[in-house]
Amino acid sequence: MLANYGYKDGSGEYFVTIDTDKCTSCPHHGCIDGCPEHIYEMITDDYDDNVSAVRRDVRNTLKYLCAACKPTTGRGVLPCMAACTPGAITHSW
Amino acid sequence: MITAGIDVGAKTIKVVLLDGGKILAKTSVLAGFETEQSVEEAYKEALAKAGIERSAVGKVGATGAGRKAVAFAQTVVTEVSADAQGAVFLHPSARTVIDVGAEEGRGIKTNADGKVVDFAVNEKCAAGAGAFTESMARALEVTLAQFGDISLKSNKSIPMNAQCTVFAESEVVSLIHSNTSKEDIARAVHDAIASRISAMVRRVGLEQDVILVGGVAYNIGFLDSIKRTLGIENVVVPQDPEYVGALGAAVVAGAAGN
Amino acid sequence: MAEFWRWKEYNWKDPDKDWKTAKMITAGIDVGSVSSQAVIATDGELYAYSSMRTGSNSPDSARKALEWALQDTGMKQENIQYVVGTGYGRVNVPFANKAITEIACHARGANFMAGNSVRTILDMGGQDCKAIHCDEKGKVTNFLMNDKCAAGTGRGMEVIADLLAVPIEQVGELSFNVPEEPEPVSSTCVVFAKSEAMGLLKDGWTKSKVLAAYCLAMAKRVSELLERIGVEKEFFITGGIAKNAGVVKRLEQVIGISAVQSKYDSQLAGALGAALFGQALLQKEKAAGKVA
Repeated sequence: MLANYGYKDGSGEYFVTIDTDKCTSCPHHGCIDGCPEHIYEMITDDYDDNVSAVRRDVRNTLKYLCAACKPTTGRGVLPCMAACTPGAITHSW
Repeated sequence: MITAGIDVGAKTIKVVLLDGGKILAKTSVLAGFETEQSVEEAYKEALAKAGIERSAVGKVGATGAGRKAVAFAQTVVTEVSADAQGAVFLHPSARTVIDVGAEEGRGIKTNADGKVVDFAVNEKCAAGAGAFTESMARALEVTLAQFGDISLKSNKSIPMNAQCTVFAESEVVSLIHSNTSKEDIARAVHDAIASRISAMVRRVGLEQDVILVGGVAYNIGFLDSIKRTLGIENVVVPQDPEYVGALGAAVVAGAAGN
Repeated sequence: MAEFWRWKEYNWKDPDKDWKTAKMITAGIDVGSVSSQAVIATDGELYAYSSMRTGSNSPDSARKALEWALQDTGMKQENIQYVVGTGYGRVNVPFANKAITEIACHARGANFMAGNSVRTILDMGGQDCKAIHCDEKGKVTNFLMNDKCAAGTGRGMEVIADLLAVPIEQVGELSFNVPEEPEPVSSTCVVFAKSEAMGLLKDGWTKSKVLAAYCLAMAKRVSELLERIGVEKEFFITGGIAKNAGVVKRLEQVIGISAVQSKYDSQLAGALGAALFGQALLQKEKAAGKVA
């Protein structure tokens, strides 16, 4: 399942997508501690899979929370994506 | 040489007449349906205020979203460039320019010459612009000036959950119903928009001095919140902060003539 | 503030079914921000339901919705073997055995209501918009939910209808009262779209023309969200938006796919999906010998 967390408003589209099929195969879930803003948490989803998800209370502020990892120039690899070994995380912006 | 800077914004048209290092006149008119006509009106008013003839102006620079409406401009610059030039002209040690207007917010990093190093813009969403505070002040039934004042009287941080201006209006109404004081609501509103603007400024990298321009710079509640969210003591607000873009356009027009 | 989509409170039961002969009785309760629904399913089939306004208290709303669905059936709450709560207030359904997100419940409900060839589901409510892609079993394969921004929600439509002083239920019909389709309103943000609409009125546009321009803007906006999850046939619409032809017809044109129709009320998708989830979960527990 592709779980898209985030939003679209007039200024743009801000979605963090987690591929739960890849996520379930991961033994250590590095994203949880890998994100400096701690936006991820482990949940048991509706189909009883233990997967990472973007915390409900931060889903509508991702543009601002992720800003620190996304400087306008010199943006490197995002820490959450680097920590996610199965490559389950993508950002839309 | 006398130069003119014309900033054609979403709501107002601003004109600055500059003679070398000296500002001769500033005028502002509401943008009407016929933008070119409003530009003409604003320009004539500025010339009359300065007591000079049209022919005395050597160069004209235009900026703002509607800058193409200034047919007689020799120089056309983006709002970002104009902001940086205007800010450094007024405050030479400015390195970060924050411009919050009615419909847009910008974070700009500039060098000592007023050249843009980096910038981030929030546009097309009212939550990151002055329109957000205007709506919330209306919901609280206070003027924008009162809104800033009462915000300073609060020392309590209450979170606002809604990120959208439309949803935030309802949240403010329910906060009023739950007997939250207007002071605390005002501060919550200013903290909310300041945190959005701060995030944008961090994307370009915060470097002091920080100068705040645009119409929202008049709002002392926002000024207090932005200092807190950026974690700095000193944020410079120039006199007539909404004219900085027009001033920058006049500066650029003059430089282009040399 | 005017109310978004007007709808009636009502309840229904299948007169041809006898619940006493059923092996499994489950219920789904969908406590939304505006309305709440309760569905009772017997052996995986729709038996009874109710739809009513959500009160200020979620547990109360859940209880009342279920009581109303039970009315005149002779069934009592203790006859229900498994209850699933869903919707905004899902964690506040005190008698629920489990809470499941509205995303999963809508997909399961749509699969039942419009058939297992449904792949794309749009649920547009008063304060949010959900786009879901699912497989032939009604299992979610891709989803997004937008409740951050009022554009593309019923609330956005409400702001424009209020500005024009047009009752919300007349928006769809009026929006077709134009000689030709105008360009859409260009601003996404509802605050800016409202200013734009005021400008259009000053320019002499009729209310109908402004509504047409806004309905089209909304359709485009929603289609962009659908594109993120991938639009695939069949396409099914649930939630209040299903009742606004002004947006639905234009959306169908923009994405080039017509929405499938269902004989069931589109508002039931969440609660029905929850009741069906309950059926599957009960079956599992029975198989594991946890319940009789």
